[in-house]
Amino acid sequence: MKREDIIKPENKVAGKPRLLNDKDMHYCPGCSHGVVHRLVAEVLEEMELEDDCIGVAPVGCAVFAYSYIDVDWIEAAHGRAPAVATAVKRLHPEKMVFTYQGDGDLAAIGTAETIHAANRGENITIIFINNGIYGMTGGQMAPTTLEGMKTATTPYGRNIELNGYPLNISDLMTRLDGTCYVTRQSVDTAAAVRKTKAALKKAFKNSMECKGTSVVEILSTCNSGWKMSPVAANKWMQENMTQKYALGDLKKND
Amino acid sequence: MSNDKPEVMLMKGNEAIAHAAIRYGCDGYFGYPITPQSEILETLEALMPWETTGMVVLQAESEVASINMVYGGASTGKAVFTSSSSPGISLMQEGISYIAAGELPALIVNVMRGGPGLGTIHPSQADYFQATKGGGHGDYHLIVLAPKSVQEMADFVALGFDLAFKYRTPAMILADGIVGQMMEKVVLPPQRPRRTNEQIMKECPWAATGDAIKRGHPNVLTTLELDSAQMEKNNERFQATYRKIEENEVRFEEYLTDDAEWLVVAFGSIARICQTAIDEGRKQGLKIGLIRPITLWPFPYEEISRLSKKTRGILVVELNAGQMIEDVRLAVEGRVPVKHFGRMGGIVPDPGEVLKAIREKLIDEQE
Repeated sequence: MKREDIIKPENKVAGKPRLLNDKDMHYCPGCSHGVVHRLVAEVLEEMELEDDCIGVAPVGCAVFAYSYIDVDWIEAAHGRAPAVATAVKRLHPEKMVFTYQGDGDLAAIGTAETIHAANRGENITIIFINNGIYGMTGGQMAPTTLEGMKTATTPYGRNIELNGYPLNISDLMTRLDGTCYVTRQSVDTAAAVRKTKAALKKAFKNSMECKGTSVVEILSTCNSGWKMSPVAANKWMQENMTQKYALGDLKKND
Repeated sequence: MSNDKPEVMLMKGNEAIAHAAIRYGCDGYFGYPITPQSEILETLEALMPWETTGMVVLQAESEVASINMVYGGASTGKAVFTSSSSPGISLMQEGISYIAAGELPALIVNVMRGGPGLGTIHPSQADYFQATKGGGHGDYHLIVLAPKSVQEMADFVALGFDLAFKYRTPAMILADGIVGQMMEKVVLPPQRPRRTNEQIMKECPWAATGDAIKRGHPNVLTTLELDSAQMEKNNERFQATYRKIEENEVRFEEYLTDDAEWLVVAFGSIARICQTAIDEGRKQGLKIGLIRPITLWPFPYEEISRLSKKTRGILVVELNAGQMIEDVRLAVEGRVPVKHFGRMGGIVPDPGEVLKAIREKLIDEQE
């Protein structure tokens, strides 16, 4: 078989989504953001939502999400993405509106906006990157930091007496009547990446069909913050993060 | 009712804001209850504009959420607004700074109450500094309109939105508990249609309307710029807009200033009390006049400067400890004495008290 016979559209198994532009990403090697960005771009493209979509970017490592995925974006103040998205979706009910937020943005400073948007059942998708640490500001404790985990502000490990418990906010959101879909995925293996892609598709479909709030939490690695190689970070995530934050669909209304 | 006669209604200033917003063709309101302005949200909910004009009305979980909803709506080119009273407006300052930095048109209504802290629910003008000098972080200004009547509450909704869209900058109606709560006759503007999405795309080519392909490129609304040289250029652009606004949008009202020996400067509701005090003073042979700044920013420096050259002294009357007086003094440049009379904590002086202050602080000092 000749090379030309193989390179045909019907034989294509993977490619760079058109919506993901060629700008150099600022993310560290091994960081999960790059994979999730690519999935978001792929799903928007496959669902033909690129001309019907408004993204809301957070404050945190993904603050520049708008630089890499070529759709309309609004950069929100720290934690306020669900409030911003609430107004955007209500004023543009025909559009697919999503937020892309980290654990500090979503589960610390933005807890009120997150809970209330989800409890109102805003027809948006919340993409929640949980890596248990503040990446952008240099590796401080996040609400989701595990007990005993060392960060810049818990140099001796998270101490429950001093710092309280890790917050499992997605489990909390399953209890809200406004959520229609809450799932926790990861992108550490090829199989996990495929599952996350399917979850994003389902969430975006819910948002277009105005079924309520969809939450796609993605357990992620921050090898710079965790001070581990990408391979070691993946292993650590599998062994530790999934104990507190179990993978799988947490709520599905269908 | 005949066709050539406008329909006169009786309502509160807060209610007039709600009616005027719907009639302006406003796309959305996001707010949180706080006295003395809750009637704005209540009236909008009762009028159910989503069933007539399609306007969105939402009670948010906090003032922080409200202002960020306004930020989101404005980012898509929609005409959106929020309202609150002093403590709530303090909570909104971060969001207001983002709206200014995003060069977004939006309207914010502050029906001021007495502070600081939780303060009182009674009328005050103690947020003058916060409204006119920035309030949030960074170098920015709001266009600040100060209504004195229920009619102006209604009229300034359209004016505020029009200026906000003209200059792509947030505007504030800086009212107080008196104009918010008192009932007066008002003629509401005619109903205008809301802009279509096509009109918004045409008039606001910068807006993130979610039409990246139709437009030919994605629109990104962000206030972040890590390149300091570029961030300075952005600031220079904001400042150029502010200079244009200062040149073109100063508004004020004068009362009996032609022959005035003594000048009173007051804004909002207290200006009307001053007007009554001046009428009484004139009966007693005192040549007193009034200038009422309508835009608190941009401030009528030039007009006050001009008037100061033909008066013997100026009294600034405010419901605060002395805030606008600083701008008046900047305008007067020491030519004549500038004194202050203010009440605080929700106390409103009557015309007799104001006239007494004019005599004691201004006239008696010099005669």
